[in-house]
Amino acid sequence: MTDPNPWLTSQRSGSNLADVLERVLDKGLVIAGDIKICLLDIELLTIKLRLLVASVDKARAMGIDWWEHDPSLSSRNRGQLAAENEQLGERISAPEPAKEVPS
Amino acid sequence: MTASRYVYAIGRAPDPTNLAGLVGIDGAEVHPIAHREQVAVVSAAPSDEAALRARLERLDELAVVAEAHHAVVAAVATQTVVVPFRLATIYTDEHRVRELLRQRYDEFEALLDRLAGTVEVGVKLYVEDRSPALATPSTSGRAYLQQLSQRHLRRDQEWQHAAAAVELIDAALGAHALDRSHHRPQPAQLSGATGDNVLNAAYLVPTGKVTEFTDLAERLVLAEPALRVEVTGPWAPYSFTEPDRGDRP
Repeated sequence: MTDPNPWLTSQRSGSNLADVLERVLDKGLVIAGDIKICLLDIELLTIKLRLLVASVDKARAMGIDWWEHDPSLSSRNRGQLAAENEQLGERISAPEPAKEVPS
Repeated sequence: MTASRYVYAIGRAPDPTNLAGLVGIDGAEVHPIAHREQVAVVSAAPSDEAALRARLERLDELAVVAEAHHAVVAAVATQTVVVPFRLATIYTDEHRVRELLRQRYDEFEALLDRLAGTVEVGVKLYVEDRSPALATPSTSGRAYLQQLSQRHLRRDQEWQHAAAAVELIDAALGAHALDRSHHRPQPAQLSGATGDNVLNAAYLVPTGKVTEFTDLAERLVLAEPALRVEVTGPWAPYSFTEPDRGDRP
């Protein structure tokens, strides 16, 4: 074998956190374990993660912390989001007030 | 100390002494659970399930856990063929992990056979915007607009050419790989990378051919001045763990 330990010898510089995350969150063998850790909205999460800088620290340093306030990324706010959706649903199904039609 | 076990990967039994000193999530010691010639690479799982859930929703914590998971997978992959598991695969105890190994032995065996002697190489292609800055509108508005429309036309042509080149490069690399998998392109606004990521692909390559494959990627892109390439890896074969994949080149 020419390079038995390629990880140790030729790690390329182009990889960043997004590369790691898209592999461990999006790829990798899916086995239903005993304890369900549902990674929240995995699709949405990974899409948004790709917007992230190579390091979260750097993002913070740049004052980027939208994920902490984004309802879709935080279960804390999920109840609130669900309530909002319900309200919107009610408004959509409620009868529209009759409009004056000019003759 | 918790009984539950976090599983990083399945492999063909490496010498257990080679895992000595390897730590995973939260610094937990990594150890093998063997069944026949297969081994699950595990560590004690974080004891507080709810806390772990909450942590994985915070990007900084998620990054720490993901890096720890990846570090274990990468370390084991230097020693033996592995099938990396997705993040946060947890069993209540070692007995349940043994059961998993027993029940899915054949499936794991097929995967390990397919992935033995291979690594994953990531290739990202970017289109660089090479349009020169517009001259200040010195003469007339009409001249400026003309310049603007020419610039758009030129950029469209460059994009079309680049898109065709990307397809050809992907096909050429695919022909030199055992398998191929496309990830979604990474928007580059914040990644620090310049240009638009137009291809984010992973190729399954024989371990001994990584350098050759990387050189090929760089050579193919060299012929396209509008394109820039980033080669990552070698990675454990994360992107090739589906038992029956349909899109082989």
